[in-house]
Amino acid sequence: MTASPAPVLLHLIALALLAAFPWVGGEFYVDLALTLMILALFALSLDLLVGYTGLVSFGHAAFFGLAGYVLAMITPETEPVSLWAALAACLAASAAAALVIGWFSVRTSGIYFIMITLAFAQMLYYFLSESPAFGGSDGLFVNFRPVAAVGDWLLFDLDDPMVFYYFVLATLLAGYALLTTILRAPFGQVLQGIRINEGRTRALGFPTPRYKLVSFVIAGTLAGLAGFLEAVHTGYVSPGHLSWHESGIVLMVVILGGRGTLYGPVLGAFTFGLLRNGLQDVTEHWILFMGLFIVALVLFLPGGIAGLIRRAPKGGSQ
Amino acid sequence: MDLAQFLVQALNGVQYGLLLFLVASGLTLIFGIMGIINLAHGAFYMIGAYLAYWLVGLTDNLFLAILLGIPIAVAVGLVIERLLIARLYDRDHLDQVLLTYGLILILNETQKILWGSDFHGVPVPEMLAGSVPLTENQAYPVYRLFISAVCLGVAAGMWLVIARTRLGMMIRAGASNREMTSALGINIGRVFAIVFALGVALAAFSGMIGAPVSSVYPGMGDRVLIISFVVVVIGGIGSVKGAFIGALLIGLADTFGRVLVPDFASMVIYALMALVLLWRPQGLFGRAP
Repeated sequence: MTASPAPVLLHLIALALLAAFPWVGGEFYVDLALTLMILALFALSLDLLVGYTGLVSFGHAAFFGLAGYVLAMITPETEPVSLWAALAACLAASAAAALVIGWFSVRTSGIYFIMITLAFAQMLYYFLSESPAFGGSDGLFVNFRPVAAVGDWLLFDLDDPMVFYYFVLATLLAGYALLTTILRAPFGQVLQGIRINEGRTRALGFPTPRYKLVSFVIAGTLAGLAGFLEAVHTGYVSPGHLSWHESGIVLMVVILGGRGTLYGPVLGAFTFGLLRNGLQDVTEHWILFMGLFIVALVLFLPGGIAGLIRRAPKGGSQ
Repeated sequence: MDLAQFLVQALNGVQYGLLLFLVASGLTLIFGIMGIINLAHGAFYMIGAYLAYWLVGLTDNLFLAILLGIPIAVAVGLVIERLLIARLYDRDHLDQVLLTYGLILILNETQKILWGSDFHGVPVPEMLAGSVPLTENQAYPVYRLFISAVCLGVAAGMWLVIARTRLGMMIRAGASNREMTSALGINIGRVFAIVFALGVALAAFSGMIGAPVSSVYPGMGDRVLIISFVVVVIGGIGSVKGAFIGALLIGLADTFGRVLVPDFASMVIYALMALVLLWRPQGLFGRAP
């Protein structure tokens, strides 16, 4: 995280491209870009755990899907719900779930942490998919997009695709900025200390379990924000949103882009999304090729795309 | 619930637990000895079930199908170990999780290409198709008793191999100190390959022998994988004894959960796991970190 001008310029160019895209791209691709911005936000939240705190969570989709379920549950059948109330409820639910799951999980580390986060996410998955109150395996519809109004005055209309696109872009940007700030603050430095050497960080007097828990809750809440956007976007939420395949995909996106950088997950989301889309066009067995791609990624590109970028200026190999 | 019903459920729970133990013991051995977290383990269970379905169709005999199927599954496992897993020994868990996740996608999709997306059944072998009467109107299928007996036999055989043979000695040595074992002149790479093949064989065997009581369907390995994880976490990662106790606990808790609290049945085992972890974060028989 250096403040040299080149990265800042690249960030601005990427932002300008995303902002200009709806004016030039076709409807289908604008919708795809929107989906991938949501995935990018989801991956960013996981990167705080995996890339910065050194906690490999394999149950991150739980918070993503839970927020969508909360939105579906609080949206009445006949009228939309207020955006502010919906956001508050969804984020609060994700944060609370992250607090509970995190409280159990941060007591463990390494492979136990992986398995426990996975198991808790599965618990929530089965709870939602088997309980008729939540629509069972069919999931629930979100009948209306929330309204962003102050009193009677409509601030902006999320039903307008353009407005919604910029709303998602602004949310992604806010998430990115929030994580940048957190990581530059002393709190973020402690998190990175935990990743590098937890024992030493504890010896310096930092109660590391508490720091890990706070990191887990922040990441879970941000994942909830992404899940909220996804539910608003598709108008639908199903147990699939919490499944371990979803957790695997977002983990893959983080690694593909490069963990421990913030631009990595965003690059990873767009690379993954375009690849998936391209494969789906070519073959119905695209999952097979996605699997081969993941295997090749681990074997030949451990640092992700960000690793390539970091190596490039020095002229090639590591 | 009267005594006969209780007995039926208890037998079901033990049978399910023993079958789970076969899968989970492979998972825990592979982790304990090789340090590899293998998400594709459930996919080998699925491959076993599909091999049983395919080979029973060809030979009309489950036992012959198992005899033919295990070498196929082991060959697939060995190729995967040599080509992919062997490159992961020095990598961190994250890479292992990701690569074996990719493997699941490959194996699941290959299954769909080979056998399609339909549900299939495998008939219970004729000589084991009967039931044992418990009371006037309660009977227990012989095949389920057969599964329990076979699983117990395999568990005993595994204990013999690990505790009493030279190979078992190498496996135990490799589990406690990899470098030192290698320095003493044992080809640790070969031990790893054997352990991986053994794990695959156990998973595929459970899939085959369990095929007549569950159905055979795409993605069936996923659920087994997650439940095996729960078993391994409860028992303590790397402990075969822990996997045994954990599998029986989960088998009984899941079976009785379905009868007593049907609305929350799938959550019972996860709640049990959370309780165990609150009490012992390293699992029942795990070494403290």
